[in-house]
Amino acid sequence: MKLIIATIKPFKLEEVREALTEIGVRGMMVTEIKGFGSQSGHTEIYRGAEYAVNFVPKIKLEIAVASEMADQVVETITNTAKTGKIGDGKIFVLDIQQAVRVRTGETNADAL
Amino acid sequence: MKTLTKLGLAAAIVAAPSLGLAQDGPVPGTNPSTDTVFILNSLLFLVGGFLVFFMACGFAMLEAGLVRSKNVTMQLMKNVALFGLASIFYYLIGYNLMYPLGTWSIDGVLSGVWGPGVLEAVGVTADAVDDYGYASTGSDFFFQLMFCATTASIVSGTLAERVKLWPFLIFTVILTEVIYPLQASWKWGGGFLDSMGFLDFAGSTVVHSVGGWAALMGALILGPRIGKYKDGKTIPMPGSNLALATLGTFILWLGWFGFNGGSQLAMGTVGDVADISRIFANTNAAAAGGAVAALLLTQFLFKKPDLTMVLNGALAGLVSITAEPLTPSLGLSTLIGAVGGVIVVFVVPLLDRLKIDDVVGAIPVHLVAGIWGTLAVVLSNSDASLMTQLTGILVIGAFVCTVSAAVWLVLRMTLGIRVDEEDEVNGLDMAELGMEAYPEFSLS
Repeated sequence: MKLIIATIKPFKLEEVREALTEIGVRGMMVTEIKGFGSQSGHTEIYRGAEYAVNFVPKIKLEIAVASEMADQVVETITNTAKTGKIGDGKIFVLDIQQAVRVRTGETNADAL
Repeated sequence: MKTLTKLGLAAAIVAAPSLGLAQDGPVPGTNPSTDTVFILNSLLFLVGGFLVFFMACGFAMLEAGLVRSKNVTMQLMKNVALFGLASIFYYLIGYNLMYPLGTWSIDGVLSGVWGPGVLEAVGVTADAVDDYGYASTGSDFFFQLMFCATTASIVSGTLAERVKLWPFLIFTVILTEVIYPLQASWKWGGGFLDSMGFLDFAGSTVVHSVGGWAALMGALILGPRIGKYKDGKTIPMPGSNLALATLGTFILWLGWFGFNGGSQLAMGTVGDVADISRIFANTNAAAAGGAVAALLLTQFLFKKPDLTMVLNGALAGLVSITAEPLTPSLGLSTLIGAVGGVIVVFVVPLLDRLKIDDVVGAIPVHLVAGIWGTLAVVLSNSDASLMTQLTGILVIGAFVCTVSAAVWLVLRMTLGIRVDEEDEVNGLDMAELGMEAYPEFSLS
């Protein structure tokens, strides 16, 4: 089992969700986050005073899938979230040690 | 308030029909009965007064929107409390101090009438009103009170987010019972500034710059908010609710029709009504000019238009036209207002460079645009002289600065005027009032 953590541009969320649903992803966790990477921040002006916006809004997706599906999920996110401009985001893939479905107590592959 | 406002001398000019029976001497080209003139003049004061009253709401909303959410309750509290105090103290001393009706202790400088304002009797008849040829005393008192309260409202925005409640309110009392009425008597009470020909129709100087000077002295003595200026840079502290700030600006814009239109002080002739109509249209034109100038200039200078400056720009346009809303053409009014908008865009960052922390921009809007508006009278009114206008600005400025600075310094030495550092960082709402404006919001 793999946990895929992806940060994407907020306006790409709907497109990514649709694409993932199409390839059979049955659930995901979505969080509004702020952060910085190579896009870094930018400056804005309020009442004539310049200030730095150090953190840029992003969406964080967390998706747990069977190991054999992980590459396809990563590829789908990469293809749909990509704009080609700086700040498109990053994807991390982690191993999952254990998974439990709360309602039934099913574990691991059955719980996904 | 062109010249002598209150009942009395102005009445003789305004309502030519003599104080005897009606209809014995109508103004050429008009045919008003004395009753009708009395009623219409009083009605103008009452309607104008309602509108100026609503400006108190405008100031409250503007300030609530431009402070951070942790200080909103405090800002609202100050606005409602100052209005209450202004009403009481203007009644107790201010009204008669402002309008001596020719009874001076020191000629042209200090009123000789002391004590509370007194209204006419209940159900008064034409032969017993204070000034049958003009307007009811109650309407005049009501109208003038609203101007006094406006002056006090100007100060609270500048000093937001760090001034203690009670010292601020004590300052408000002194402003509304002494500082405002005394200097206003020099102009609108028929004092020495009026005699020398200083012109200020509705109060670019007498109301707005007075509030502005008092706010400037307060800001200098109080100091900037913690963290506002760091390493030579200005740190923005964005307001909590720009929808409220915009609502407040539109309310002020509406109220200004009463502020300037009511200052015609008479509505009993065709000429007066036509003049009031001109004033409404010119007042609106100036606000429009100020807003558009700030819109274009912030787009040009900062690459993105700044709503808070556009709001300030509209208000600066209104202040700019207040000294002479009658004589300019619509085009000139727009330009006079536009200069006000330009003033805002340049003076807001200038004050920041000087480390004068004016939270809502009251100093550029009311003081600097007020000075501009007072000078701009010479552009359209041939009775105005630049030197006399400058003299009026300087005399009133010197007086208000001296007295305000003294009061703020005494308050600082005695009660202290600033909350402590922890309270300021936590917000005045919890520290001073124990009550939040948005208790169900949490900071993310």
